[in-house]
Amino acid sequence: MSTAKTSPALPQVEEAVPVVALPDLGREAEAIYVAPNWKLVWWRFKKHRLALISGVIIIFIATIALVPDFYSTLPPQESDAIRSFVPPQRPRFFGPNGEFMYVYEVTGQRNPTTLMMEWVADEAKIAPIKFFTPGYEYEIFGVIETDIHLVGLDNSAGVQKFHLLGTDRLGRDQWSRLMAGTQVSLSIGLVSVLLSIILGVLLGGISGYFGGWIDMIIQRIIELLQSLPPIPIWMALTAALPRNWSVEQVYFAITIILSLIGWTTLGREVRGRFLSLREEDFVVAARLVGASQARVIFRHMVPTFSSHIIAASTLAIPVMIINETFLSFLGLGMRPPAISWGVLLHEAQNLQSIALAPWLLIPGLAVIITVLTLNILGDGLRDAADPYS
Amino acid sequence: MNNTSPLLSVRNLKTYFNLDEGTVKAVDGVSFDVLPGQVLGIVGESGCGKSVTIKSLLRIVEKPGEIVGGEMLFRSGSAAGPGPNGQAGEDMIDLARLDARGKQMRSIRGGEIALIPQEPMAAFSPVHTVGNQLIEAILLHQPVGKQEARRIAIDRLREVGVPAPEERIDAYSWELSGGLRQRVMIAMALSCHPKLLIADEPTTAIDVTTQAQVLNLLRVLQQQHHTAIIFITHDLGVIAQIADHVVVMYLGRVMETGPVDDIFHHPKHPYTKALLQSIPSVQAQARTQLPTIAGTIPHPFNRPPGCSFNPRCPDAIPGACDQHIPALHPVDDPQPVSCFLYHDMVDEEVAVR
Amino acid sequence: MAQYILKRLLLLPLLLFIFSVIAFALIQAPPGDFVTSYIAELAASGSAMEKAQIDALREQYGLDRPLYIQYFKWVGKILQGDLGVSLDWRKSNLELISERLLLTLMLGGFTLVITWSIAIPIGIYSATRQYSFFDYFFTVFNYIGIATPTFMTALILMWVAFKYFGASVTGLFSPEYVDAAWSWARFVDLLKHLWLPALILALDGTARLARIMRANLLDELKKPYMEMARAKGMSEWRLILKYPVRLAFNPLVSTLGWYLPLLFSGSLIVATVLNLPTIGPLLLRALIVQDMFLAGVIILIYCLLAIVGTLLSDILLAWLDPRIRMEEA
Repeated sequence: MSTAKTSPALPQVEEAVPVVALPDLGREAEAIYVAPNWKLVWWRFKKHRLALISGVIIIFIATIALVPDFYSTLPPQESDAIRSFVPPQRPRFFGPNGEFMYVYEVTGQRNPTTLMMEWVADEAKIAPIKFFTPGYEYEIFGVIETDIHLVGLDNSAGVQKFHLLGTDRLGRDQWSRLMAGTQVSLSIGLVSVLLSIILGVLLGGISGYFGGWIDMIIQRIIELLQSLPPIPIWMALTAALPRNWSVEQVYFAITIILSLIGWTTLGREVRGRFLSLREEDFVVAARLVGASQARVIFRHMVPTFSSHIIAASTLAIPVMIINETFLSFLGLGMRPPAISWGVLLHEAQNLQSIALAPWLLIPGLAVIITVLTLNILGDGLRDAADPYS
Repeated sequence: MNNTSPLLSVRNLKTYFNLDEGTVKAVDGVSFDVLPGQVLGIVGESGCGKSVTIKSLLRIVEKPGEIVGGEMLFRSGSAAGPGPNGQAGEDMIDLARLDARGKQMRSIRGGEIALIPQEPMAAFSPVHTVGNQLIEAILLHQPVGKQEARRIAIDRLREVGVPAPEERIDAYSWELSGGLRQRVMIAMALSCHPKLLIADEPTTAIDVTTQAQVLNLLRVLQQQHHTAIIFITHDLGVIAQIADHVVVMYLGRVMETGPVDDIFHHPKHPYTKALLQSIPSVQAQARTQLPTIAGTIPHPFNRPPGCSFNPRCPDAIPGACDQHIPALHPVDDPQPVSCFLYHDMVDEEVAVR
Repeated sequence: MAQYILKRLLLLPLLLFIFSVIAFALIQAPPGDFVTSYIAELAASGSAMEKAQIDALREQYGLDRPLYIQYFKWVGKILQGDLGVSLDWRKSNLELISERLLLTLMLGGFTLVITWSIAIPIGIYSATRQYSFFDYFFTVFNYIGIATPTFMTALILMWVAFKYFGASVTGLFSPEYVDAAWSWARFVDLLKHLWLPALILALDGTARLARIMRANLLDELKKPYMEMARAKGMSEWRLILKYPVRLAFNPLVSTLGWYLPLLFSGSLIVATVLNLPTIGPLLLRALIVQDMFLAGVIILIYCLLAIVGTLLSDILLAWLDPRIRMEEA
């Protein structure tokens, strides 16, 4: 402490004058002041009624994807040559014998001219339907064995099978196949987006954080990938997959193929964020305090746009779902015996099939609903997380 | 009689914004007069409602804001300026009653009342040349052809001191410096010889030297064209330089109004006094604390009852100031003030928050 | 301005080179080569080939040489206009592609015109009459339009047309015009068939573009120059059309960069479902039967179309927005 002569002391300040007086906002506003970011996002999101409803629907669809067999009525792979092209059997309510829900059994006759089976609902034969009935056996997550299904026939009437959404050419129950397909379609969308996120954040982050020639190279790669027309490339890549690969191999190959071009959008955005964040004071401050590069990146920079990533990803999933569906629809993606919505729609490829069995188009409806709700959900998340985007 | 009857007479203007969270009373009973050829300065802190007031005048308040009460009487019609009784048959139109998008209001806007906005950079479209926008303003209000309009535009640019106006007219706004942009903006505002010019903080976005030039320019032009000016600012120094008459606003209400000299040398309202005291001055005693106004501006949803300044007023009278709203009084006085220190409750409004 | 275009054009050969390498790599991906599939097909139809013949074929296509030589042979042939022969169709690829390419381009162009003519007014209306019934209606329409995959729309419309109108909407020509030479009558026939696929394609594009236009316009409507223009006394519609619409146009033009490739890819899907004679279904079939030369050429064409889209949008954008021209100068 220096004892050198100092200038005359400043006049005493009477009392501490508050530099900034916090405005008196009241209890509610104060809660907003101190809430952590995710809570703010959640509160904003809650206001968006439509997005909330969509979220609920998605959760429901996700449960189908998790345990499709519970929702199915018949084994999805089981074919029945006789019961080909059975039309959907509409569930009816409050039957004559006091049943809550039932369907009419169908009887088939072979048309002598066209040699096709024609099915007519027989109003005399009533097949009651119950909830939580035993059906075919399956395993939940491959571990728990059970045979309870959401809906099923009450076997008292002696009727063996019913088809809520009809059957296809090989007599396979479309409802059960729809449930089974949900698992593949949804998960492919999810996994390929996850891969895209990893690639995008990694490469985009490296590019934006380090700058210089790394940035230049990665930028050029991104530009190149983005200028490629994705669909012909995907078609060529999936067509190249050997015919004798197993379902799992094809599954992973497709997710990788889809994410190879899909990561670029996210990569670009992440790079942009990193570039601008690099100059921010709080980053410089963290470095000055001695934080390592990794810590600065993951602890300080990434959390600022993590909600944006989540919102962007939610919007990317439906795109991937559509892509896989359409590739499988063309016969290039997932193939039988795998079941996805696209594989199901492959059966409905031409006018003849549709004219004969329009119910084969119903998996398309599943696609539309899923994509619609995911889009609304993603929009709601984006508005809540990133109102300035 | 003509020169003392006001060009614009605002009486008890109220403009409210109906938001989901509540109603913001941005302008809550503002009254003032503007005489022809006069420079009226409106001074106040951010959020006091000065911008909304002039937007109300021009009828360009954005939704969800709307004028809910009061009147704005404007002497529209023939050209401004002192002169023989061409004023015969001229009425005062209440701008509040006109259809905001209708022909009459549109002809007044830009033609008789012109605006110089706060940020000249943002106020120009970046993909059209400044000339295009200047000529557009001329064509909107004057019955001339395109060639003639271009000639007029170049003259205007020359008048405001833009060098090489024949070339500058085809430039884009982002090619010009801040000061030049402001000049072009002034040229555009004056192009149709308005009776009233509204300048919304025209000196805020530019540096001090340019500021002096712009103020000079405005004064010269004002004297030449005998245009009345409403000058909005929070800078008291600028007010002292340019204004004839001052209106002091706080939280949507007029605290005090009067001739500039009186306001500066004999301020009445405690708020005015505090404002004047808080100007840093070269002549003040060194190393003393700069006096500030205690407290902060209340949140718009949290208006204090009674006089809006009372929580921060050093001379507040408990029981009166926090319950009743003082009116601007006395009306015939050259320097009316809304403060119970100077008058009792004379046909007051009882405070309703 | 010319400088700007020139710089972009110079990049083109480099991009094309890279694309050709990628296309070549893609067609090499399936196991086996060109000749293997040909032999397999022949075997399936009952005939066989002698080893000498097989070797001769291999040499003709350079399949016994290292990959990079094959590549140069391939590129060399293409640059000379020899696109190879399709073993599947027994025709020269050039012949196969040329008319289909023309039809692809026409379909694309038609769709573009429809899309923009519908999307822009919708976007403007939605932005200026926010929260009106029409706005909500379009928002719903938008959401559903984006959620419905193009092939679903095609399938559904195909079914509806068949079931309720008894019409078969496949193909682009009536039977009598399919192989005929070009004439005015043929052109009219084409238009009669073209509108449905173009409409289906336009659905998705319109939904996206209208939404973008609306969002851009909403942004611009809040800007200060709007207030200034109003303060000058302009009438509402005039000022909306002159200023924010003009400014909102710019990002719209830049969407051409990704929209055009999307358009051509989308036409591939619709063409497959409706069985149109464009290059899309040709590619699909080529990939399935591993007619790789044809596939490679078509992929290259798609890449080219994609770059053209970006180039076009960049040039248009520079023309529309003087700020960009200045930046590049």
